[in-house]
Amino acid sequence: MKKLALLLLVLLAAQPVLMAADPVTLTLYSSRKAHLIEPVLELYTKQTGVQFNLHTGKPGPLLERLDAAGKNGGADVLLTVDAGNLWHAAQRGLLVPIDSEALTQSVPVALRDPENHWFGLSKRARTLAYNTEKLSPDEFSSYEDLADPKWRGRLCLRTSKKVYNQSLVATLIAHHDVEKAEEIVKGWVANLAAEPFSNDTKALQAVAMGQCDVTIVNSYYFGRLMRKEPDLKLALFWPNQDSQGVHVNISGGGLLKISPHPEEAKTFLEWLAQPEAQSLFAELNLEYPVREDVPPASEVQAWGEFRDDSLNLAEASRLQADAVRLMDRAGYR
Amino acid sequence: MTSVTGFSGRFWYWGSRLLAAAILVPLIVIFGAWLAPTTEVWGHLAATVLPTLIGNTLLLIVGVAMGTLLLGVSLAWLVSTCEFPGRRWFDWALMLPFALPTYVMAFVFLGLLDFQGPVQGLVREAFGLPMSWSVEVRHSASVLAIMVLVLYPYVYLLARVAFLKQGRAALEAAHTLGMTSWQSFFRIALPMARPAIIGGVSLAVMEALADFGAVAVFNYDTFTTAIYKSWFGFFDLNAASQLASLLLLFVFILLYLERYGRSRARFDEVGSSLDPRTYHLRGLRATAASTYCGLVLLLAFVIPMAQLLLWAHRWIDDLDFAYLSLLGNTLALGAMAAIATTAGGLVLAYALRRDTSWLTRASVRIGTLGYAIPGSVLAVAVMWSLSWIDHRVAEVWLWLTGTEATWLFVGGVFSLILAYFARFLALAFNPIDSALERVRPSVREAAQSLGFTGVRLVWRIYVPILRPGLLTAALLVLVDVMKEMPATMLLRPFGWDTLAVRIYGLSSEGLWERAALPSVALVAAGLIPVFLLVARGRR
Repeated sequence: MKKLALLLLVLLAAQPVLMAADPVTLTLYSSRKAHLIEPVLELYTKQTGVQFNLHTGKPGPLLERLDAAGKNGGADVLLTVDAGNLWHAAQRGLLVPIDSEALTQSVPVALRDPENHWFGLSKRARTLAYNTEKLSPDEFSSYEDLADPKWRGRLCLRTSKKVYNQSLVATLIAHHDVEKAEEIVKGWVANLAAEPFSNDTKALQAVAMGQCDVTIVNSYYFGRLMRKEPDLKLALFWPNQDSQGVHVNISGGGLLKISPHPEEAKTFLEWLAQPEAQSLFAELNLEYPVREDVPPASEVQAWGEFRDDSLNLAEASRLQADAVRLMDRAGYR
Repeated sequence: MTSVTGFSGRFWYWGSRLLAAAILVPLIVIFGAWLAPTTEVWGHLAATVLPTLIGNTLLLIVGVAMGTLLLGVSLAWLVSTCEFPGRRWFDWALMLPFALPTYVMAFVFLGLLDFQGPVQGLVREAFGLPMSWSVEVRHSASVLAIMVLVLYPYVYLLARVAFLKQGRAALEAAHTLGMTSWQSFFRIALPMARPAIIGGVSLAVMEALADFGAVAVFNYDTFTTAIYKSWFGFFDLNAASQLASLLLLFVFILLYLERYGRSRARFDEVGSSLDPRTYHLRGLRATAASTYCGLVLLLAFVIPMAQLLLWAHRWIDDLDFAYLSLLGNTLALGAMAAIATTAGGLVLAYALRRDTSWLTRASVRIGTLGYAIPGSVLAVAVMWSLSWIDHRVAEVWLWLTGTEATWLFVGGVFSLILAYFARFLALAFNPIDSALERVRPSVREAAQSLGFTGVRLVWRIYVPILRPGLLTAALLVLVDVMKEMPATMLLRPFGWDTLAVRIYGLSSEGLWERAALPSVALVAAGLIPVFLLVARGRR
């Protein structure tokens, strides 16, 4: 009994030392879903011993929580999907610029903040998907073309409330102007075969079942659906190859101003841009790595190559609120 | 006026004020958004989507009110005053849909009924229709139907208790006066149960107004859509709060008008709650009653559960030990919130009778409307209030000790419980308040003359008498907290993921079928308190 007590005493005394030897725990705020990040975090923990606290949520409330927390919050890294959310976090002063050659060299210019507040870590293409039984690829050309009356009653879209569509329309504003973009969106609305869907998968299924001929989706939703139902008569088409290129967006990250471990957090973000992590991070969600020297999963490669829109995502983010207004005016729900 | 002397006097005085403040402060924060200048978001919304949204919202209010009223009252009347085959069974089974979250019901029904679903597929096959044949199910009628099927249990539960309490005597008296059974229903039973029924209907309507999940699945735009559009589309939380405060004001006016309309009518229960079953239905009538109850149960519970189980079975490999902790967290948060909200509701309901201070009265009246505010908006307001306190504490701590303090409230369980309290007080308050209503003042006088005062009076005399009401309150809150999503998403501490959080993670990615497994787990866990709820009411 005495020995046990002595042992406990020693352990208690040693506790501060033991704690000091503990590797840091990084706290991540993420709007990317837990099951798409956790394997990457586990790999990093295995390699470095760094532990993670992961807090997932919707981007809007996450930013409020970070803001309310102030310097006592103890959060290190913000991970979100869609550049717009990162751009807003930067606008609110929640992120600090990262001065890192590893990141600036790995991440293409269009996929990161010009002031280095945030960096893309995986790339998703928002592209066309069509019914292969009814149509051949030579009937498509661009996002703009889907506004043409020849598509009347043949187009399906996801709701305008989804940020992916807001970003796409923002790039239309950037490449044309508000008037032209509004005309395009009005054309889309006039061509709808059904009320806008609440998610990309539903829109894809509608195309596969012939409710409509073509839709605009993120490529990984197509990948997920085809994995489950490989017999669906669906294919992707890469639009705007003669003009601005396919609209791409990112899931990305930034370093929080309130971070208690800025060095460790920066190292972690740099690691995410390294080939091994890039491969895994993109593959988990059938996305594209942001690094040009890392190939996507073979399943994804099979969808063909395409040229991205080189518009900086910060610009698209700046125009996002205009895009929402425009879609409201055009009656795109 | 209460006396402020002595420990227990002070306890009520400060306790009720503190609780009142806990509800009022977040609401003041929301109304405080008007202090900031209105932005062009307003002009834009008014010029584009707002007229449609208001139309849709009014339709939602009227539809949900009428639907839950018809369904809830008719079912409650049947099971509590009539005898027909299966009645004993329907009596509790009709409460089961309460365990289903609205958002789950929405995605299950859309999956079943839309163009790609099995129902339209069967119809096409059966009648040899072409693939292009379809019926658009994503319109207002479907949203209303789903809301009514999920929300009628509020009315059913409260009306049923009211009908049972009325006892047989009133109906028999009506009978001897020559009234037909329909007459006695409309002229005696319904007016007597009106407060309970209105309580149920207003809970259903408020929940429908605050809902974002189901309407998002159907892409049906309501006032809540405008609130979230301002926030997530324009990143203008201020405009979102302003819109939310208008919603609150609107509900306040609606309920005030109802109260005014009811005016001073008061109904005392006659006789004891002997078994009130007066009408033995036979033949066609009995079959009709059984079919009706069966149909509602089929639509509101059996079909959605069957579909969920089918999907869950397909993704059964997802089931792992993490589910134990998700379940544990869900139950733990629900239990803590249930205890806290019930205790808080009791203090406030009791204080209302002892203390006529403006603050307490106003807080309770307004606080019970918080149920109509979208969960995230209320949760952010709670978070802002607490973070303000946190920052002040941190400043004092820094000044005292020279070290940085960590968070006190925000990010802790307390903040989440407080948000639940502010949101679900309405649920707990009604049953407690109506139970207190039935305690005659003579009881208190007798107890006081025996030397019971203050806390001891409440604990030893009131709590035992009120136990059924308190239990109903606690169970209602428990089930609703388990289903709650937005506040939990925002305020949960690290490691406190619940089943609802898991459902969100999957369903927001469009992985609805995969979200069936956590949904089934959530419904299964919710069934236990639902069983208790009805079992208790039966005694």
